[in-house]
Amino acid sequence: MELLNVYQNNYLIVFVFLCLGILLPVVALFAARLLRPPYKPIESKYTTYESGIEPFHDSRVQFNVRYYVFALMFVIFDVETVFLYPWAVAYEKLGIFALVEMLIFVVMLLIGLIYAWKKKVLKWI
Amino acid sequence: MIQDLLHSSPGLSNFVIFFLLATVFLFVILGFVTYAILAERKVLGFMQGRYGPNQVGGRWGLLQTVADVLKLLLKEDLIPKAADRPLFILAPVVAFAPAFMVVAAIPFTDRLQFADIGVGLLYYIAVSGMTTVGILVGAWASNNKYSLLGGMRAAAQMISYEIPLVMSVLGIALLAGSINLNEIVEAQEKGWFILWQPIAFIVFFIAAVAELNRVPFDLAEAENELVAGFHTEYSGFRWAMFMLAEYVYMFAMCALITVLFLGGWLPLPFLGFIPGAVWFALKFSLVVFILIWFRATFPRIRADQLMEFAWKVLLPVALANIFLTALLKEFLNIF
Repeated sequence: MELLNVYQNNYLIVFVFLCLGILLPVVALFAARLLRPPYKPIESKYTTYESGIEPFHDSRVQFNVRYYVFALMFVIFDVETVFLYPWAVAYEKLGIFALVEMLIFVVMLLIGLIYAWKKKVLKWI
Repeated sequence: MIQDLLHSSPGLSNFVIFFLLATVFLFVILGFVTYAILAERKVLGFMQGRYGPNQVGGRWGLLQTVADVLKLLLKEDLIPKAADRPLFILAPVVAFAPAFMVVAAIPFTDRLQFADIGVGLLYYIAVSGMTTVGILVGAWASNNKYSLLGGMRAAAQMISYEIPLVMSVLGIALLAGSINLNEIVEAQEKGWFILWQPIAFIVFFIAAVAELNRVPFDLAEAENELVAGFHTEYSGFRWAMFMLAEYVYMFAMCALITVLFLGGWLPLPFLGFIPGAVWFALKFSLVVFILIWFRATFPRIRADQLMEFAWKVLLPVALANIFLTALLKEFLNIF
């Protein structure tokens, strides 16, 4: 029960930090609204900045597929770390057998990395 | 007193007390940010043979940043017509909230800390990843070509460098046998991890600078090609929130490096009479100074080199370090 309380209190603190992290921008922006002098900028100030020329067409264009491939690689290796963390923490109890197993697991992912490397996915143009 | 509080059952009164303490801490961090910016400008000034701020607040320009913040509060608040209004307003909040949340898990001394989470390290890494979303939302909502380019670059860079960042810490998790930050510091009684894990330290430091979007990895806001990157359209205090998030991250990351590699509050041998908080502050300031020094020293690296460096150099090195550490631990039995 004691431990559960400590556990819950620690996450309550995290929640408090989340609340404060949201509150600070809200309060600061509200204070800024109260403090600044009332002023209405001219219409052309509301245009999007484009080095002084009239902005043309929407800027949300199709993007290079490269970004997507990097995101995929990120997911693969981030999931790998999720498996590596528990192994690293429990390594003392697991010993050499788990090390070999983990080596096999990582080598398989490394083959993927080398494959991507050879396919020139990692090359940023 | 805090211990009693932690052992009592969580309720509204606990919430209020934690809230007040955290508010005090928030102001401490804001104070740090204020003077970190001043220190950065001063140090950069001296390294480039200039004086830096020296007008507002005496010879050292001690009130310069305070004046800047007040000025930002009074600035007009522009939201471009073409922008996606709700997302544009939301983005600075999404970028800032995780920056403040991660600080909750960091132990400053053995008693001075907020949340002692069992998976502290994992919590830090998981929550800090959310800032990428804020940056991307801001870039997308601005509907500006420079913003979108900067935002996409920032996202690609931050996710690429997150991999070596998490991989390099695994060596420490192996040696300490825990990912609780308190236990990691206690495991360093036999020697700081910068000595046992030099490769991890180098990889982690490089990846940390890239995660912070600081020089030489500040491609997301490369002024001479992208105007200001993802916050091109942001002005006034909305822009200040992005900057604040960046500096709070700097605080958090420097504190994390101190905890992971420099022994946190542990003293140097024979100097144990100096309190832990002073040791923490000294090591922390050293890391901050090195980051500022980087900014004065290195030129910005090219976008293609940036991505290839993360995947082709840092990731294999970090992976090799994990198994090297595991083997060393198995055969030498140091820990």
